[in-house]
This record gives sequence, C-alpha cells and structure tokens, in this order.
Amino acid sequence: VTTTVDAPKTDGGGTPPPPRTPARTALAFLRNTWRGLTAMRTALILLFLLSVAAMPGALLPQRVLNEPQVETYITDHGWWGRLLDKLQFYNVFGSVWFSAIYVLLFISLVGCLLPRTVEYFRQATAKPVRTPRNLSRLPHHARAGVAGDAEDVLAVARGQLRGWRTVEREEPDGSRSISAERGYLRETGNLVFHFAMLGLIVAFALGKMFSYSGQVIVLANGTQQAEFCNSGVLNYDSFTPGLRVDGTKLDPFCVRINDFKATYLPSGEPESFNSNISYQSGDDLTTNTWQPYDLHENAPLRTAGDRVYLLGHGYAPQFTVTFPDGQKRTGLIQWKPDDQTTFLSEGATKFDPPDTPNASQLDKKQLAITGLFAPTAAFNGSILTSTYPALNNPWAAVQIYQGNLGQSSGAAGQSIFTIDQGQVANGQLKMVKMVNMKLGSSVSLPDGTKISFDQVQQWVSLMVAHDPTQDYVLLFAVLLFLGLATSLTVKRRRVWVRVTPSGDPQGPRRTVLEVGGLARTDQAGYGEEFTKLSARLLESARAVPGRKDA
Amino acid sequence: MAVNETFAQYSNWAYGSAIGIYVLAMLFCLAEQAFGRVKTKQAATVAAPALVTAGADSAGSAVADLPDVDGTPAPEDEPQDAAPGQRRPLTERLGRMGVSLLVLGLVVHLLAIVLRGMATDRPPWGNMYEYMSVLCFVALAVWLGLMRKFPIRRATPYALLPIVILLFLGGTVLYTQADPVVPALQSYWLAVHVSAAASASGILLVPGVASVLYLMRSAYDSNPDRWFRRLGPKLPAKATLDRLAYRTTIFGFPLFTFGVICGAIWAESAWGRFWGWDPKETTAFVAWVVYAAYLHSRATAGWRGNRAAIINALGFCVMIFNLFFVNLVTTGLHSYAGVG
Repeated sequence: VTTTVDAPKTDGGGTPPPPRTPARTALAFLRNTWRGLTAMRTALILLFLLSVAAMPGALLPQRVLNEPQVETYITDHGWWGRLLDKLQFYNVFGSVWFSAIYVLLFISLVGCLLPRTVEYFRQATAKPVRTPRNLSRLPHHARAGVAGDAEDVLAVARGQLRGWRTVEREEPDGSRSISAERGYLRETGNLVFHFAMLGLIVAFALGKMFSYSGQVIVLANGTQQAEFCNSGVLNYDSFTPGLRVDGTKLDPFCVRINDFKATYLPSGEPESFNSNISYQSGDDLTTNTWQPYDLHENAPLRTAGDRVYLLGHGYAPQFTVTFPDGQKRTGLIQWKPDDQTTFLSEGATKFDPPDTPNASQLDKKQLAITGLFAPTAAFNGSILTSTYPALNNPWAAVQIYQGNLGQSSGAAGQSIFTIDQGQVANGQLKMVKMVNMKLGSSVSLPDGTKISFDQVQQWVSLMVAHDPTQDYVLLFAVLLFLGLATSLTVKRRRVWVRVTPSGDPQGPRRTVLEVGGLARTDQAGYGEEFTKLSARLLESARAVPGRKDA
Repeated sequence: MAVNETFAQYSNWAYGSAIGIYVLAMLFCLAEQAFGRVKTKQAATVAAPALVTAGADSAGSAVADLPDVDGTPAPEDEPQDAAPGQRRPLTERLGRMGVSLLVLGLVVHLLAIVLRGMATDRPPWGNMYEYMSVLCFVALAVWLGLMRKFPIRRATPYALLPIVILLFLGGTVLYTQADPVVPALQSYWLAVHVSAAASASGILLVPGVASVLYLMRSAYDSNPDRWFRRLGPKLPAKATLDRLAYRTTIFGFPLFTFGVICGAIWAESAWGRFWGWDPKETTAFVAWVVYAAYLHSRATAGWRGNRAAIINALGFCVMIFNLFFVNLVTTGLHSYAGVG
C-alpha cells in the first residue's frame, strides 16, 4: 500500500481552468475515487472495518458452522434475533457487507500495488541518488580529517562498502563521493507479501467454487455395509457442494471400513481412535484391488484428489427377530450417541415382516425396537445410564412397537434414529413391550415373536473433502510469510561518503572524509549500524597513510 | 500413556513458586517506582558520541549524531540511572534486585514447564493452563532480554502486572491436572502450531504493555499537571516506548502469521478444511488484521504516535479476548481449555 497521499496538483496561475464538461466532471470523479480508494488512509480504515465486521462471525452462531444453534438463537432473541438474521449476521462471511469491504480492500490493494510494482522495476536498475550537498543535515553523520590522498581514501571506502549498490561521482568543487544504498530486498519482500495475499484470496475464492464435502456413516465390520463409494451424491448422508459443483463428476474411489478401535483413559476421555480400512481408486477400481490404510485422527486418507477423514464413531446394536412362523430377520443399524463422553446412545431398529405380499398387510405387522443403548451400563432404579464409553457391559433399554411405522405414507423421509410418534398417537403403532436387555438375552412378545440382542458393532462417520485449490493457498501462504518476514527484517538504507582534498597542496596530503546516513524506511536500529559502519570507514581511512609511509 | 504424578506435582510446586517470586520481584520494582527519585538528564550533559571525537587527530571536527527517530542516544526525558562509579541509591538497588528475582522466577517457571512436559510425555502446551504458562514465560523472557537494550527497568511492574494476573488465573480458574491430550491433538503440529501461537502472543504482550505506557506518557507529556502527575515522569520516554513496541511487533507479527499458517495446515489434516471460520480462527484473523493496520499506520502521515499505540494495544486486547472468550464462552473446534 502506498505510503503517501498525493494531493491533487493545482495548475499554475497562468492557465485558466479548463471548462467544465460532464465528461470531464465524470473523469475527475473517477480519478478522485481511485485516488481516494488507493490511499493508505483508506486502506487503513478498510482494514479496521474488516476486523470489526469479522467480529460477529466469532460472537454469533453461524449457519455454516451450526445451523440448529442459529435457529435456537433466533427463537431466544425475538425481534432482535430476526433482525440480525435479515442483516445476514448469521452468515457473516457470505454477507453483502463483508464482501463489500473485502472487495474494496482488494481494489485498494491492487491500486497500490500496480504503481509500486512499476516503481520497483524502475528502481531495480536505478543508480543510488546524488550525494546531498550538506551531509551534516542528515540524521546520521560523521566527519574526520585524515592524512593521505583523496583517491586512496576513496578506494578504502569503496572496499568497505562491498555489498552495497554504489555509484561514484565527481563533484564540481573537486571533491568525490560515493552514493551507496542497500536493502532493496525489503521492497521485494513487501511486494511478494502483498501479491501473495492477492493470490491467496483468489485461490481461496476459487476453492469455494469448486470444492465439495460430504459425510456418511458406515458400519466398521468389513462387509458390504462397511463400503462407501464416491460415485454419486446419493451415497452421502449429507453433501455440501461448492458454488460451481452440481454433484456429477465426483472423483471416483471406494473405501471399506474393516474395523474401528478406540481406547479410553480411566476418566472416559478418549486416548486414541483408529480404523483399518481398504480403498481403491484409479486402476484399482477396474481390477477391484484394495489397498490397506490405517485411518486415524490427523491422518486422513488422500486418494484420487480427495481426502477421507475419520470424523466420529458410535455403536450399532444388532437384534434378531424370530417371527411366530419361525422366520428370522436381523436388524443392524447405527444408533446415535447422545452423550459424547459415555456414549449413551439412542436409535430405532426397524423390521418388515417376512413373506407379506400385500403392502397394506406389511404395514400392519411392522416392528420397531427403539430406546437407549449403554456400552457400560449402570442402573438408576430401572433407568439405564452409561458410565463409560467402551463396550464393558452393554445393555439396551428398549420399547418394542408393532403396527404401521408410517414409512410408506409418502411423507418426507423418516429419521433413522426415531419412530414416527404421530403413528403412535393415532394408534396405528402400539408399544407391546418395554424391557432392559443385556447383550445376549432375548424376550418374547405376546404374539410369540422372539427378539434377541445378539451383538454390538461399531460404525464410523466419514467425511470426504475435495478442494482443488488448497495447494495453491498453501503456496501463497508460504510466500506471504516469507515476504512478510523479509520486508520486516531488511531495512532500506543509504550511506554517502564524500572525500575532499584539503590542506596545503605543497605539504603532506590531507583529506576530509564525511559520511552521512539515512534509513529510508520505518525501521528502528539503523543508528547502530551506521555508527559501526562509519567507525569502520574512518578507522580504515586513517590506516591509509600509515601503510604508505612505512 | 500414563502420567508421571511425581513430576506433575513438582511442576505444580514450581509454578506456584514462580508466581510467588514474580510477586516479590514486582514488589521490589514497585518500591523503586514509588520511592525512587527521577533524575532526567539535561540536554547540555549529553556527551558527544565518543567515536568521532576520539582520535580525530587534526583537521577533523567532531559532529555529534542528531538524536533521530531510531537513534541510539537516550532521549533526554528518559529517567536515568546513577552514573557509573557513583554509589547507587537504595531504591535503584531495590529495582535491580527485583530484576534478579525476575531471572530466578523465570528459571523456576521454565522448570515448571519442562516438568509438566516430562510428566505428560508431550509438549507442555495442550490445554489453556499450560498455554497461559508458556505465553507468560515468553513474554517475561522477551521483556528481560529487551531490558539489556532499552531503558525499561522502571516500567517492569507494568509488564509484570498482567503477567502475574494471567498466571494466577491460569493456576486457579483454568488449572487442569496433567493428562494426555485428546486424539485430535495428538500430532506433531501441536508442538509447532501451539508453541508458535503461544510465543507470538507472549511476544505481542510486550508491545501491548509498551503501547499502553506510551499513551500514559503521551498524556503526561501533553499536560503534566493533569495526567499521571506522579507516574508520568517515571515512565520511559515516548520515543523509547514507540521503538520498543515497533521492534517487538515486527518480530511477534510474522511469528503469529507463521502460527496461523501452521494452524491451517493442521486443520486441513485434522478437521477436513484449512480454514472454516471457527470462532478461534475468526478472532485470530481479526487480530492479524489489527496488527497489519498497526504496521500500516506507522507508515501513514497523521497515524503515527498515539493512534498507532492505540491500534497496537487494541491488537493485544483481541489476542486476550481470543484466549479467554473464545476458549471459555463460545463452543468451537478450539475448545480445548479442559475447563469444565
């Protein structure tokens, strides 16, 4: 961002101001807007606005992070909550006002960088500026008279200024000077930083367009139910596409979850999660070859341009229903953990009766097992709770319903974790038994149906993420950091050396050596460097005649 | 992964002792503040820098450096120590004892951090208590280091005050017993990202304090009878405080940037995205923008001085807000405080 604000230049008194025409006025307006927008003060104010505008994103619940929390907040806060909703405060980073600020900042940045880049390349070959007439008026200055020829003193100074960009000039009064400048890297770093920032913003925005992510729950038992293929959106439980993603052309790959293992501390805090999985992508899909992978926290599977994360886990109790005619059906579906520390879970395992050709008959004989599951059971009276997340003493407290589950009523999809309470209320679904079941136990229903609680399996929830630009974002972030570090550590500074022959032309040669220094940037600490440099210069200049005389 | 209870216990004792020593150091430094007389050097006594005078054998004339914005000569309105050779007054000796105590406290503090790491067999910055401990350690170490270059000894109580408060809160309200970290934190990025974030916060505490002192001193300078009549003259000069704030910020800010980038890399492998506007990320972004504004303000006419100092102090407020509010009040992915 430019450091100075150009005041519009006023014409000299001689020429009268050009006549006002609409085109001229519009042009002047545009020019002034551009100047105003690219001024440092504007950039500063925009930076402030950006930070203030981002704050609600941390203080208020955000839709992208937690939709239900937003709804609760709105209901809890009445008109105020609804007003904030209208003003897009629950979607700060997609809101019109936030976008307006960063777009303006972006323009301001570009407007600053363009002239600066031109200037940078002009400077790249420019010679250090002419030595000021009066070096003693500079912030740093030293002066000494030394014995010896001006030419020799100058040669010594030249040697001391190795690493500086220098130019030597002869001055009208016969003295000679070196202008030296160094620290050009500061501006390089500065430009790299700002351009990297632009690149990062662009890459980030592109990522928002072409990325997608989705979540899916699969059983962790290595069977068909433990497989997930990224072949279509419907395979996901939930899917969040980027603005330009329509759900077709997903990167094809498949994963199969073979097992899941969690270890816990005595307190119930998790200690480690890991899951052995198999995956196939690319040619492996056609040859149906599976590659092994150890999936755990902080170690996503990266394949086919996508990443697969282990996000969560839970239990799936397995029940077998033996119908009065002797036919068996096994139900195995995930129950959802209500408590993340004890894994007390709730869910509903639903069954259709076998051999029912008629859909209306099917509806009447459906069966659902719903209730709570505790991996390590404890009883408060007959109320089941869980005390530990591992499978130490699994129990299920279930209510068994028979009747019409209402799945074919055409209404929107039923939750897999609950039964439709409407069906219970209208009498089509009746509770026939309520019982606490230990793993391995079974119960009989009045109509002779037998239900056994066979085993407990685990499920994992996976997240699949695709972001084609994130490598570029990383690249720009690294450049941004390097540019920033360079521009803040390197100082741009100038030093001038002037030697003037003095004394009697017939007598021993004497030279006045003057050194002046100027730090060009807002960088403390040049004083120390200058002191050292000028001391060294004077020191070595003094050594000149000594060497000659000897 | 069992926790070594002996080490954990020793670590706690060391932590408590460090706070005690810091409080004692603060009392010593406060005594210097309260009872010390301030001599300010007169302009006439500024010795010309020795370098040009010494050995300028003949025709050469010695020209003293002008006191410049980033110059080395101490500004004239700086509180001065007794000249070498002179016996130091009691108050000054008290202040120096305070600094020695500070060094001792720092050693004990380091011991507390190292023992905590040995007890849990992981980097000792896995929850808010430990984070706070590291933050304060870095802040104090930086302050002590800067004391060698800047005449800021008399301002030490102002730096110690927030640090002791943070350490006290850490040791009481936020205290968490030594435990392994949850699986999400079991990554080498814990060592990199969190240490960078804690150190950057610790370093940025220093310019935060310096900027507040700058504003106090600036108010005193503009109207000595009205503002900070007693404290004002004992504060370091405005130029010193400004230089201190700038030089620590240009060190802390890139480190903070590095910490945020590491956090993004870690988030990509832990949470599935490198940036998701989690409350912690958002507030870090805000703090980053505020510090960026500070650096820009120093290069903008009319924004140097007081305004820059206000922005810097604001930046540190956002950092503290990020530490407390976001960890304790909001629920986000960064809620690892371990405080329940």
